[in-house]
Amino acid sequence: MLNYLWGFMILAGMCWGAANGELEVVAQGLVDSAGEAVELGLTMLGIMSFWCGILKVGSQAGLIDWLAGKMGPLLDFLYPKLEKGHPARQPIAVNMVANMLGLGMAATPAGLAAMKALQQGREEPSNRHIATDPMCTFLIINISSLQLVPINMIAYRNQYGSMDPLGVLGPALAATACSTLTAVVFCKCMDRKNRGRKVMGE
Amino acid sequence: MIQWMSRMLIPLIVSYVVGFGILSNRPVFEDFLAGAKEGIKTVADVLPTLIGLMTAVGVLRASGFLDALGSWLAVPASWIGIPAPLIPLVLIRMVSNSAATGLALDIFSRYGPDSFLGMAASVIMSSTETVFYCISIYFGSVRITKTRYVLPGALLATAVGIGVSIFLAA
Repeated sequence: MLNYLWGFMILAGMCWGAANGELEVVAQGLVDSAGEAVELGLTMLGIMSFWCGILKVGSQAGLIDWLAGKMGPLLDFLYPKLEKGHPARQPIAVNMVANMLGLGMAATPAGLAAMKALQQGREEPSNRHIATDPMCTFLIINISSLQLVPINMIAYRNQYGSMDPLGVLGPALAATACSTLTAVVFCKCMDRKNRGRKVMGE
Repeated sequence: MIQWMSRMLIPLIVSYVVGFGILSNRPVFEDFLAGAKEGIKTVADVLPTLIGLMTAVGVLRASGFLDALGSWLAVPASWIGIPAPLIPLVLIRMVSNSAATGLALDIFSRYGPDSFLGMAASVIMSSTETVFYCISIYFGSVRITKTRYVLPGALLATAVGIGVSIFLAA
């Protein structure tokens, strides 16, 4: 699916540029955005590594255990297949809290750790390329956006001379709540549909 | 007040965690280094995806294809209430956060952040995620190729987020 999308984006851009005789502009756009990607990667390298370090300090000191414990009922509800003590529960809890607080750079490494833990806990080696139900739930809820305070947008609105930079807060909360609710209902429906069929478990 | 709290958030969390570690007699700096080392690996894993998607978006934008797509979709999008200037933003939002932020700032400078379009762009940016980017880094990292119902679910949640955003901004 992503192969086609990515291929389409590259080819459509090239063909469209060629048809308009602006292939040079396209080439320049390619070079510029490759550079931008590396710049962004460097920023990520600093801040993500920092958060990973802080996460490690927190987990070694037992803070992450405490957090996952506090979020136990929520995790039980969203991930009925992940029993207490499953190694993915802690990174999932960190990922959700970091996303809610708007700390994307702390959320991503925790999310990747959660994915790894979900993949390693699997029994059937032949199905390892197929997503499990908990993986699907995790990603869909993640993508539904959990951020409670859109701090970046507030800052940009301020910078662009908004009379009411915080005006985005209420609508953003409402929209996020609706999309996350939709995601949860959707995942629950799919869980129910797949129940008993024993397709792909944990 | 909220801005102040958000600014205080990172210092607060960092000092709480480090303080807690010291009080529980952990070698905090060694723990930090071990974690940061894993972080470098994480970024190295994500960087190819970032470069691939950002260059593809760069090619699409530079070629003018994105604007053309926006004008083709303007009529069908207006049936479901999406104003034409928001179409490129909605499309790019699925792939690249930084490119979408750039488009949102274009809208701010052209129409003003407090206009209907500025407000709609603000709420869309705040209540949606980069669908394809997330799927590709998370599933790519563990070599999952069969994504089952993730894409329909993620697109549904995103569509609801965008719909509510535009409704509330109006």
